[in-house]
Amino acid sequence: MDLSFTPEQEAFRREVREFLKTEVPPHIKAKAEVDGHFEMDEVMDWHKVLYRKGWVAPHWPKELGGPGWDAAQRFLFGEELEKSGTPLLSPFGLSMVGPLIIQFGNDAQKQRFLPKILSGEEKWCQGYSEPDAGSDLASLRTTAVDDGNGNFVVNGQKTWTTYAQYADWIFCLVRTDSSAKKQAGISFLLIDMKTPGVRAVPMLTTGHTPAFCDTWFENAVVPKENVVGPVNGGWGMAKALLGHERTMIGAVGQSTRALLRVKRIASHTILNGKPLLEDGSFRTKIARLEIKLEALRVQNYRALAGAQLGHAPGPESSILKIRGSEIQQQCLELAMEVMGQNSLAWFNETDIVPAGEQWVASSFNYLRATTIYGGSNEIQRNVIAKMILGLPG
Amino acid sequence: MDFELNDDQKLLKDSAAQFTKSSPVTRFRKLRSHGGGHGGEVVSHDRCWEPSVWKQMADLGWLGLFYPESVGGLGLSFFDMTLVLEELGKTLVPEPILASVVLAGGAVLKGASVEQQKKILGPMIEGKTSLALAWAEKDGRYDAGHVSTTAKKEGGTWLLSGEKVWALNGHAAETLIVSARTEAGISLFSVPSNAKGVAIESAKTMDGQRAARVRLSNVVLGSEDLLGTEGTGLPAIEHALDLAAAGACAEGHGIASTVLWMTVNYLQVRKQFNVAIGSFQALQHRAVDMFVETELLKSTAMLAGMKADDSDVNERRRAVSIAKAQLAAGGKRVVESAIQLHGGIGITDEHDVGLYFKRMSVLNALFGDEEHHLSRYASLPGFEGA
Repeated sequence: MDLSFTPEQEAFRREVREFLKTEVPPHIKAKAEVDGHFEMDEVMDWHKVLYRKGWVAPHWPKELGGPGWDAAQRFLFGEELEKSGTPLLSPFGLSMVGPLIIQFGNDAQKQRFLPKILSGEEKWCQGYSEPDAGSDLASLRTTAVDDGNGNFVVNGQKTWTTYAQYADWIFCLVRTDSSAKKQAGISFLLIDMKTPGVRAVPMLTTGHTPAFCDTWFENAVVPKENVVGPVNGGWGMAKALLGHERTMIGAVGQSTRALLRVKRIASHTILNGKPLLEDGSFRTKIARLEIKLEALRVQNYRALAGAQLGHAPGPESSILKIRGSEIQQQCLELAMEVMGQNSLAWFNETDIVPAGEQWVASSFNYLRATTIYGGSNEIQRNVIAKMILGLPG
Repeated sequence: MDFELNDDQKLLKDSAAQFTKSSPVTRFRKLRSHGGGHGGEVVSHDRCWEPSVWKQMADLGWLGLFYPESVGGLGLSFFDMTLVLEELGKTLVPEPILASVVLAGGAVLKGASVEQQKKILGPMIEGKTSLALAWAEKDGRYDAGHVSTTAKKEGGTWLLSGEKVWALNGHAAETLIVSARTEAGISLFSVPSNAKGVAIESAKTMDGQRAARVRLSNVVLGSEDLLGTEGTGLPAIEHALDLAAAGACAEGHGIASTVLWMTVNYLQVRKQFNVAIGSFQALQHRAVDMFVETELLKSTAMLAGMKADDSDVNERRRAVSIAKAQLAAGGKRVVESAIQLHGGIGITDEHDVGLYFKRMSVLNALFGDEEHHLSRYASLPGFEGA
């Protein structure tokens, strides 16, 4: 029973911190300091810095370009990155399609796709949700029909395709057998965004960032060799991805940073002639949220300790997403509350609001997504009710 | 980073789990303080726990589990003690380990000389006596520094006067550990419960246990009854309260996990509209929220169990306040949901869920409530961030 990291792990943490202190490009550092929203080219600039260092894909096998870290190192690295405010890397290549190709792809696919995911030369997006297939994803209707000439012809619409406007490739779940039971007729297909008939149209989020798109497929011709795994076997693979290590899913590092920001704002917001941070009732509010976060941190450590021992994610990780996403939102809610009327500011046209606060309202809006994406919290609860509590479906 | 129990800890936990088979909730029901209001039985048991069972616990080594071997204990860690408390919480075992071994014994351990520790703790370790810490006063809420009980030095003796409330196990203890104000500050005294001038009023508590109001009027004590050095009582009491709070978190986790699965089981068997009510999403999600809170209670109880005996006071306070505030918020939510999901049967005295609800509520009111721990946490160094 031990709550601390080993001296070697602490040394590793220092190495990461040192790297973050010296190697973050100035334009990224400047934006990190005000917790601003990073544009795609900034995200990719940072991706390439990490790539050159050999740290861009912590959970990939060493022979494919991973750094060869264990679960604790991956966690420490991820936590330090989150706390640093540097751009969160796009997960679609590195954390989603990459690991799926590593696990289920053939050699040709591995050689074709993995090196460019790693280097950032090719950017990816995810084509899962559709206008009528959200939580009920298996009801998806985008079809891929065998044209008899070695291709699938794809028709349909994907939505919430985050960063599709910047992506070179999209990985999709498509229906390849309409007669089969709904989960059984689905394949996992890689589609070049330059394919004629593929069109991505960005939508603004409530945070006024162009994060996601509607993506249409009109008779897009895709070579059959772009199917990963067996035809009609896509659903099982997509689900298998969810069984991977999930020690970062609680975003504890991000919330740690967000809460520090709340305190910083409260320390220079004045009420009755003194900083709000010294006001007893506000202090208690902050403490209440921080304690929630600290409880989740220990929970996260338990999940990590399990991962270190090679255990599959158990009940202790299943709650990280639910509670972590709620805390992320509550941090921004509290920041807004601390700011009072300053929370009205919508980006910066004047200097009424200090630079470090001008992104708060945007994040406050955008982070409403945390309880929705990656399986809404209600779906997470359905899964726990069924899989862990054994309640009838 | 390691949350696995070692083999000895697994054995300890197993033996505590085994013990609860001989002390199911039905045993607690027979022993509990009862009555009052309409239709209640008259008080059936004036102690609410059994000396013979206390002796069994002594034989298992539990009554000195985390005390050093030099005073007759097993020399295990405080975390090991919390493993036992968690298990005993699952069937509401009423013997006063938390009150006597952890709280009162903890104060002796932190405040008394080794000789005094041997003298006071020795007989308890053997199961012959039990202790109570009388620290709380009427208008002090959770402030252990609010002490109006006085101890005056007269020649070679001390004269104690004052009134203490809610002394846990005070109704049964042979020895009371009492805080009193002396010239040098707050000091701890060992007071035989049958000493002249000590008046003990046993009081039922909501959870079916008992505590006491202790009135002291010119109680004469010897110089050897002052524990440790005069004026050094407060840090010892505060440490003991942190140990007890951590113990309460472990017990609270035992309660939460018990009512969680009791409730899930009920949702599976109770039928309405021709189906198990556990198939309704509104109820499933409430049950999942119970699960989420229970998992977090497990994490924070472990944190507190590992840190409550830490020599770094701020580390200790930080961990304990996190866990106790989590128990207040999460533990409450779990037992409240358990009753709600049971429906009408959940508010009958015959169903066990209400007993767990009461015990959880008592644990939340003891050793600092949510407000107390939130404000203590917010006053720790470093809270304001960089």
